[in-house]
Amino acid sequence: MDAVRLRRGLVTFSFLAPALLGIGIFFLYPLLSAIYFSFTKFDLLSVPQWVGLDNYRHMADDPFLLQAVRNTLWMVVVFVPVRILGAIGLAMLLVRFKRGAGVFRTIYYLPALVPPVAATIAFVYLLKPGTGPVNHLLEMIGVDGPLWFNSPAWAKPSLVLLGLWAIGDLMIIFLAAVLGVPESLYEAASLDGANAWHRFRSITLPSIRPVILFAAVTGVIYTLQYFDQAAVAGSIASGQATVGAGISQSFGYPEGSTFTYPLWLYTIGFRYSALGYANALAIALFVVALAVTVILLRRAKAFSGEES
Amino acid sequence: MTLALDRPLTAAVERRRIRLAWIARHSIAIALAVMFVTPVVYLVLLSLMTSDQALTSDYWPNTWHPENYLKVFEATPLPHYLLNTVLYAGTATALTLLSSVPAAYALAKLKFRGRNALFLVVICVMMLPPQVVTVPLYLMWARYGLTGSLAPLIIPALFGDAFCIFLLRQFLLTIPSEYLDAARVDGCGEWRTLLRVVLPMARPGIAAAGLFQFFYCWNDYYGPLLYTSENESSWTLSLGLASFRTVHHVDWNLVTAATVLAMAPLIIIFFFAQRAFVQGITLTGFKG
Repeated sequence: MDAVRLRRGLVTFSFLAPALLGIGIFFLYPLLSAIYFSFTKFDLLSVPQWVGLDNYRHMADDPFLLQAVRNTLWMVVVFVPVRILGAIGLAMLLVRFKRGAGVFRTIYYLPALVPPVAATIAFVYLLKPGTGPVNHLLEMIGVDGPLWFNSPAWAKPSLVLLGLWAIGDLMIIFLAAVLGVPESLYEAASLDGANAWHRFRSITLPSIRPVILFAAVTGVIYTLQYFDQAAVAGSIASGQATVGAGISQSFGYPEGSTFTYPLWLYTIGFRYSALGYANALAIALFVVALAVTVILLRRAKAFSGEES
Repeated sequence: MTLALDRPLTAAVERRRIRLAWIARHSIAIALAVMFVTPVVYLVLLSLMTSDQALTSDYWPNTWHPENYLKVFEATPLPHYLLNTVLYAGTATALTLLSSVPAAYALAKLKFRGRNALFLVVICVMMLPPQVVTVPLYLMWARYGLTGSLAPLIIPALFGDAFCIFLLRQFLLTIPSEYLDAARVDGCGEWRTLLRVVLPMARPGIAAAGLFQFFYCWNDYYGPLLYTSENESSWTLSLGLASFRTVHHVDWNLVTAATVLAMAPLIIIFFFAQRAFVQGITLTGFKG
């Protein structure tokens, strides 16, 4: 009996062994050492030196960090809801199509496949202040186009625009959710005289709430680690290096407006080699990401409890 | 009398309302489609202009220059970047699937103590921003002298990928356990059951997870920037593309040609594998 159980345990373990090792090597070990390093002064060359909470205290009077946090918060507050609303809007549009849905779905989805670096280059060009086609079009209808990626006020909205272009993956998730709502619910509501908006409010929206929650959680996590587009947009728009030692010089261009938290973390760690402080920033990021996830999931439970 | 008159009238109104809604819906959908497609079309047109015309705000090339695409190959070691990208994305995807499928199977279909706790840990790993573990991992790879190569990007794939495990688990849950029980009654061990029964049934899920991983690696910029930027012979397309603009800062026609070349393979793959991919995305949404 025990031999059988042992055998079964060993078989189960053989399935899990690579993943368990991976979690240990690439999650637990680095997380624990990041926590340790965050309490040290450490620059790669010398031995880490214990400094207690100094790195965390230093965060309070780091003006660049404040700017990075502000930019990241802006992205979370604007980008996440805009993306979710946009994806729901597209899904609600597509769900009404009987024919041609496949074509539209594919077209809306394609930009999500374009490599972020390529997409960013394309958008910096499309939105170029002087000769970019978007401002050219705006001019034709008599609007003075903004400076987009070259303006501190418009650089972040330009990134949101770029993100909206690549909204396809989220759209498909919502489309699947909306298609999963039983048709009979709508029919019953129609008989009761509910119009399209009422049906959306009282049937579609509650049914897709778990998916909205999923989109919110993953959206916040994604925005907290937002790096590629911000880094490339800054360097391309400023015309500086995009690879190698010089890259962090163009971070945040113009005037720090695209300077996000991960960019600051990268700069601290790999340009200034202040690895202790970089790890303190990393741990703070982890705590915030975890807290957001827990809070959103808790709220979801409260919501569903209320309903039942 | 009035009732009899009313009815055909409202029916006609209703028909007109439906027709108007149809037209409105299609107009919006088409306008949006144009907006989604325009950037790509515009890039392609731009890549066929002279470099002088690319600096103007023209939309249509005065003269066509398909040779720009050849120039890109002369101007950059594009085939080399491509090779690195294929190497990274290809091997990482294959290894990830190899290591993640058994783990996903255990989490979905085997009963053992701590299964739910382990699944929670997998979700935690998935939620972990890569920046959090960047420094310790970088130091680890540097200690073994592997920075500057693709190894730090490929080796972790040997040990499974959290997102891939999550996605595959969700898919495997949809396979009825009766099939597995039947195989077990026939005397199959768990590994045989996985290989003979589960794998053939899970093919769409595995394809979707593989595509996700492949596209993720292909588009990855942060990983290659971190580990390979000091050594150009290990650069991937993302890095090559990002640096291309710096070197050829006035030749927007060449920059866009390189951009088009970088996105073309993904779009071609998508057209062939569309169903599997959409299914994969749908799964993440449904069960998330």
